[in-house]
Amino acid sequence: MSRLNLSMCNIKFNNPIIPASGTFGFGLMDFFPFDKLGAVITKGTTKNPKLGNPAPRVAETPKGMLNSVGLQNDGIDHLIENIIPYYKTLNPNVIANIAGETIEDFIQIVEKLNHSEVSMIELNISCPNVTQGGMAFGTSKSSIKTLVSSVKKVSKKPIIVKLSPNVTNISEMAKIAEDSGADCISLINTILSMRIDIRTKKPILRTNYGGLSGEAVFPIALRMVNQVYNAVKIPIIGIGGISNWKMAVEMIMAGASMLQIGSATFNQPTTPIDIIDGLEKYLSENNIDNITDLTGSVVLWS
Amino acid sequence: MIQGKFLILKKDEIGTNVFKLLVHSPEIAKKSLSGQFVNISIDGFLLRRPISISDIDLENGTITIIFEIRGEGTEKLSHIKSDDYIDIIGPLGRGFKLIDNSIKAVVIGGGIGSPPLVSISKFYGKNSFAILGFQNKSKVILDDVFEEYCKETIICTDDGSMGLKGFVTNGLNQLLLREKIDIIYTCGPLVMMKGIADIAKKHNIQCQVSMEQKMACGIGNCLVCACEAKRNNKKTYVHVCKDGPVFDYKEVFFDE
Ligand SMILES: Cc1cc2nc3c(=O)[nH]c(=O)nc-3n(C[C@H](O)[C@H](O)[C@H](O)COP(=O)(O)O)c2cc1C
Repeated sequence: MSRLNLSMCNIKFNNPIIPASGTFGFGLMDFFPFDKLGAVITKGTTKNPKLGNPAPRVAETPKGMLNSVGLQNDGIDHLIENIIPYYKTLNPNVIANIAGETIEDFIQIVEKLNHSEVSMIELNISCPNVTQGGMAFGTSKSSIKTLVSSVKKVSKKPIIVKLSPNVTNISEMAKIAEDSGADCISLINTILSMRIDIRTKKPILRTNYGGLSGEAVFPIALRMVNQVYNAVKIPIIGIGGISNWKMAVEMIMAGASMLQIGSATFNQPTTPIDIIDGLEKYLSENNIDNITDLTGSVVLWS
Repeated sequence: MIQGKFLILKKDEIGTNVFKLLVHSPEIAKKSLSGQFVNISIDGFLLRRPISISDIDLENGTITIIFEIRGEGTEKLSHIKSDDYIDIIGPLGRGFKLIDNSIKAVVIGGGIGSPPLVSISKFYGKNSFAILGFQNKSKVILDDVFEEYCKETIICTDDGSMGLKGFVTNGLNQLLLREKIDIIYTCGPLVMMKGIADIAKKHNIQCQVSMEQKMACGIGNCLVCACEAKRNNKKTYVHVCKDGPVFDYKEVFFDE
């Protein structure tokens, strides 16, 4: 048995590495076989197809980037018919990332996914790039509570709640999600941000604001994962700026059971695989039997 | 597609702030088509920079890429030297459709939009015409290269300091008075390509346009490089890295 094997929410994973929703897709198949990953994940999917925002949808930032894609996707029916079955042939664990404008939307999507082969459902209540729903769900305690408890009533799959960093108290948000029945917490989604073109005096993004991701957000993500780890008992998926195996070790020490890797793949598409190799080596060199022994092992100063 | 670090055999500054790199990669050369691009990693920047492939040399196993300093990333890239290695993913995207070199083609480039047209002229040879537009004489690049391959090369400058005064659309209208053209290939600023698309439509000539948009992944995953287009008679966002960069002019919405 590999030192990287783990089980989370009663599901077995080969290793803790998952790509981050919205940064992953078939384009990466030329770089590595998808069965090397702990799981594959879908783009944020809504009830009906969605066109997304006008361009420019991307801006460079120091050690990071902004995006304002706005959940462009082909809708849940297309995902269930065409994407999930194919992903399933490539990796035993498929995670569906879903978003909705209303609670009713989320419920309808989850009911459809109940009959699919996904292992888990990740509720994206933290997209900063849509006007309806999105981050609004993830930044209010009462809406997290109603949404998560309503979804849990109908879902036959474990539910991951993906939190927004655009809040003052992340632990409270995580706790309310846990109390409402969430099986797992993932964080962070992108941080609401801006860049301006000084020649035109216009924001670079056509939507003015967008979500910051990449290495620049890593320290924030790390702090938030640690705060959430100290507040809840359910497992955590750490996301945000992870670009190499050392950052992966830090994120796991902070409290993550699994990790998602996003923007780093834009520069180096093989990053998830490089991290898996690096973790394997780190565990064996340090005589750590299993990756789960590392989770939350940071020793905070008292 | 291929990712690797490839040797730069030669670097030239072919114009003010315009650089040409000759990159040794038989693997990429073998797979490349006119109008495709490579995505280049630059130290210290998360996002790779997409640069079109200008010329492909199968015999020597090289590709040529030409870029202009546009911002901090390309500025940094301009310090790369021959004998350095460059981290490239490519070839990417859908290139130009080359039909049959017995028909008459015209390639129309605006400024730094000219380089991706080089390999088209090479293909159509003396059945091709080039119309290249620049701000002024000091900005003119590649005129010698197109002159070598094409039957005729028309330079247009905004201020008339070289060739025809005015836009490439003037050059095209003049050419169409005396030559029957079967296909147009163009790359350059959106307004320029819109002007050309209008002429193509009026004369009922096929026309392929190469679009530009800021990208992140370059391989069709992240959906940031959106461009408004008509698909199945409906307006939608297609993605320049995967669906393009080359589109039929009838698919593209030029107004924004
Ligand atoms: C281009 C882009 C698109 C994204 N789309 C989604 C999405 O559809 N659903 C979602 O939950 N998160 C989405 N995200 C957020 C990522 O999944 C991730 O939470 C964030 O980028 C931080 O991780 P990173 O720094 O490793 O990229 C997107 C991020 C980027 C950069």
